[in-house]
Amino acid sequence: MLGVLVRRGAEFAADEDAVQDALLEALRVWPADPPRDPQGWLVTVAWHRFLDATRADTARRRREDRVHETPAPGPVSAADDTLQLYFLCAHPSLTPSSAVALTLRAVGGLTTRQIAAAYLVPEATMAQRISRAKRTVSGVRLDRPGDVATVLRVLYLVFNEGYSGDVDLAAEAIRLTRQLAAAIDHPEVAGLLALILLHHARRAGRTAADGSLVPLAEQDRGRWDTGMIAEGVAVLQRALARDRLGEFQAQAAIAALHADAPSTEETDWVQIVEWYDELVRLTGSPVVRLNRAVAVGEADGPRAGLAALTALDDTLPRYTAAAAYLHERDGAPRTAARLYAEAARKATDLAERDYLTRQAARLNSR
Amino acid sequence: MAKYLLLKHYRGAPASVNDTPMEQWTPEEISAHMQYMNDFAARLEKTGEFVGSQALSPEGTFVRYDGEGRPPVTDGPFAETKDLIAGWMVIDVDDYQRALELAGELSAAPGAGGKPIHEWLELRPFMGECPTITE
Repeated sequence: MLGVLVRRGAEFAADEDAVQDALLEALRVWPADPPRDPQGWLVTVAWHRFLDATRADTARRRREDRVHETPAPGPVSAADDTLQLYFLCAHPSLTPSSAVALTLRAVGGLTTRQIAAAYLVPEATMAQRISRAKRTVSGVRLDRPGDVATVLRVLYLVFNEGYSGDVDLAAEAIRLTRQLAAAIDHPEVAGLLALILLHHARRAGRTAADGSLVPLAEQDRGRWDTGMIAEGVAVLQRALARDRLGEFQAQAAIAALHADAPSTEETDWVQIVEWYDELVRLTGSPVVRLNRAVAVGEADGPRAGLAALTALDDTLPRYTAAAAYLHERDGAPRTAARLYAEAARKATDLAERDYLTRQAARLNSR
Repeated sequence: MAKYLLLKHYRGAPASVNDTPMEQWTPEEISAHMQYMNDFAARLEKTGEFVGSQALSPEGTFVRYDGEGRPPVTDGPFAETKDLIAGWMVIDVDDYQRALELAGELSAAPGAGGKPIHEWLELRPFMGECPTITE
């Protein structure tokens, strides 16, 4: 078992301590809940302890480096125990926020302080959240297969949290998803990896120097990371070839069509609408229907987009913003300005509110 | 997770159901009220939903720029109509329903006669700062 840890780069002395801790833990837990794979269990727990003991300075430094260099491509060695840990951290008995916190701590190896900083809460609060999550899953057997969809949802949540403080959660999510994709052969895992690579590749273009939001049509496509786009597309194509479509693959396909286009006008909107139809079929999500309406507006003109909108619930998030955009394209700037202002009041995101306010102001000052 | 601000008003909110000024409560009732709020905060710390809280002095001042070279204008001690915040608590919860549930619970703090105050609390969501991926 020490060998397993040493191969993962642990120092021998620290290993011994970690193994001791794991054995103590086994004595405590096994009588009531014996694992099917005792060695895998021990390696997982010992690795966990080792991370606890050594993550402080070296781990932080490595992570800070990763923030600057984008995540390195290439496979990560597969390990069954890591996989078990994934499923444990995304266990359905945890709330999404607990699952995210536990995943970052146990699989990602972030310190409690770093996770707290990323979520802008006190360290004591995050420590409680994590220890509650640990208690919740403490009775769960590590060898029970979990639900891949839940693991993927947790990783996508981590990705969408963005970054603050010294941890880049998007980069962390990419690293973890790569690790998962190396450990498990599943087209939706590849679909998620492709999706977040394609999103991440466009990250530099999504915000201006002052932090304000740049919409897709105005983004400087020269700032997109073409290497990462190529990797995302390749991962997606391999997944699609398996012919087991899922929502992450469909979303990645849409992201790939955006990333492939030299400009908004030259985007293959017809194909994007077709992928949205697939997504509607797979998820039935009203948010997907809303995005589809916007894509229809690009493919068949703003009137068609507005017609698709009227079938939807107008209390959906971003419904008003979408309506404003389509009305402007339809040559109704006054209606659009009023709707942009209304959408700005409803926005729950600072960058988005400022963007919508500017849109209203631009039309009002013409 | 979403952060919410719970605002407790001295003035400016609709009257509580059990609306007796604190100075007319018994000392035991005041202690019970304080204990309830401390217990509430301590429990939120344990659930990992606590971000921070502070009580504020009732003495506040409005301040305004009054032009080049002049000292700022202040509103003096005439605060009869002004909205006054007694204190705030920030929570970080899974969703709006949970925020409502907690605000309702805080509003049930005991007052005069040991009965819940049914105080109106203001619940305000924080603006998020991470743009969601939607393109």
